[in-house]
Amino acid sequence: MIVCERKPLPAILENLAGRRQAVIAGCSECVTVCHAGGEKEVALLRDLLLLARPDLELSTIVLTRQCDGEFLEALDSLAGEADCLISMACGVGAQFLAERYPRTWVFPAVDTRFGGGARQPGVWEERCGFCGDCVLHLTGGICPIIRCSKSLLNGPCGGSQQGKCEIDQAIECAWQKIHDRLEGLGRLDLLDVVLPPKDWSRARDGGPRKLVREDVAL
Amino acid sequence: MSAERSRLERLLEQGHFAVTGEVGPPQGAGAEGIRHHTALLKGVTDGQNLTDNQTAIVRLSSIAAAVHVLAAGGEPIIQMTCRDRNRIAIQSDLLGAYSLGARNLLCLTGDHQSFGNHAAARNVFDLDSVQLVKLARDLGEPGVFQNGEAIAVEHRARFFVGAAENPFAEPFAFRVRRLAKKVAAGARFIQTQAIFDLPRFARWMEMVRDAGLDRETYILGGICPAKSFGALRHMSTVPGMVVPEPLLARMKGVERKKQAEEGVKIAVEAIQELRRTPGVAGVHIMAIMWEEMVPRIVEEAGLLPRPA
Repeated sequence: MIVCERKPLPAILENLAGRRQAVIAGCSECVTVCHAGGEKEVALLRDLLLLARPDLELSTIVLTRQCDGEFLEALDSLAGEADCLISMACGVGAQFLAERYPRTWVFPAVDTRFGGGARQPGVWEERCGFCGDCVLHLTGGICPIIRCSKSLLNGPCGGSQQGKCEIDQAIECAWQKIHDRLEGLGRLDLLDVVLPPKDWSRARDGGPRKLVREDVAL
Repeated sequence: MSAERSRLERLLEQGHFAVTGEVGPPQGAGAEGIRHHTALLKGVTDGQNLTDNQTAIVRLSSIAAAVHVLAAGGEPIIQMTCRDRNRIAIQSDLLGAYSLGARNLLCLTGDHQSFGNHAAARNVFDLDSVQLVKLARDLGEPGVFQNGEAIAVEHRARFFVGAAENPFAEPFAFRVRRLAKKVAAGARFIQTQAIFDLPRFARWMEMVRDAGLDRETYILGGICPAKSFGALRHMSTVPGMVVPEPLLARMKGVERKKQAEEGVKIAVEAIQELRRTPGVAGVHIMAIMWEEMVPRIVEEAGLLPRPA
């Protein structure tokens, strides 16, 4: 999922300076699952904002998916009268709102942190860097692009010690994990292959990405 | 006109036990320190490494520093990391460095920027150090850019390409396999992380010999003289460095005023141990902020005079 985290209240209030009225728009997808912008968090943000700014007129709505044009219609009537929209979805959702309502200010209330999953309640970890060219088949199912602090493709740097990354003892060395897993699978030979420089043109380096699939197009 | 070949390469090929040193470029635009350290090191070492924004602290560029070293009569070994440049910038800078007379190149991953003084910087890591070794080798032979396009024969950059390896990092068993990848990619010499744990280094060298890698590349053992107990203790906290407890205790047991002497002694003992170790082709002395002690260490280790 796209893991998000609500911005600090002062940052959200700053965007509302000089405004009297807003719509808080949540999303039922990733931000609901990671407790950043679902129904509960939308209601909480409304209450917190009203405590700080009792003069505000706030409406709320939780859309099925902010990253999908067909589900935005539900917001049209509220948005039409709104002074501004506060999106509690990821950056994709906030941008879809901005595109649909060209004359309305849209503010993000969350920071889009990473592509990851829940390890345990309250703990999310990054797993995918969206590089567009998956290498997990070569690395035992552990991503060196996003889980190695230096995105190394040919093994651990000299800072790997006791399974930890040199930049922070709280970060596991991805290459130690890759090594251990491939050892367990009897495939350490995969690590002897010199992997060539990656083709980053499928990542964001190639420019904004667009995927067109004729088989599912209307 | 610069020499076609690296002097360091020639000395290693002739079988001399090599000694390299290190010059840390300054955090400013002055070259006096580089000239001063070159003067100190050139007669007692066969090559001088110029670090590339070491520990991610902005410093005068290693390539510019190499030009000062050349002008002062030294033999520069430029360091190049993958942290700050993509493959376009790396190739461009390497061509430039070669055109300015640099002949030795050490390819490194690079310390993460979170250690340095610009922690908010974006890192690059377009390549890793194994890929960098291959790229650098290819600029000379077969003479192609990373994309496969040919470079005119008379304009190839024929660096003496080296890499680093850390026998004290983990997974231990994998360190030699990774070294083999660097050698396969074209690393002709290896400078290791500072060695304090001699038994562990000996185990690593045994694995290196078992893999036959000492016959394919020149291994220079890293020596980092410690000025004081505090300095040694600090080194023990650097990621990827191992300083055994008995060595810390030995230094701690020496009265403060004599700790520098003890540091020299420890370095000399380590060099002598490395000279006895089969497969070790030389030492790399990293005496950053203590460059003035290098001549004495080299002399006491019995490594003077240096070959011409």
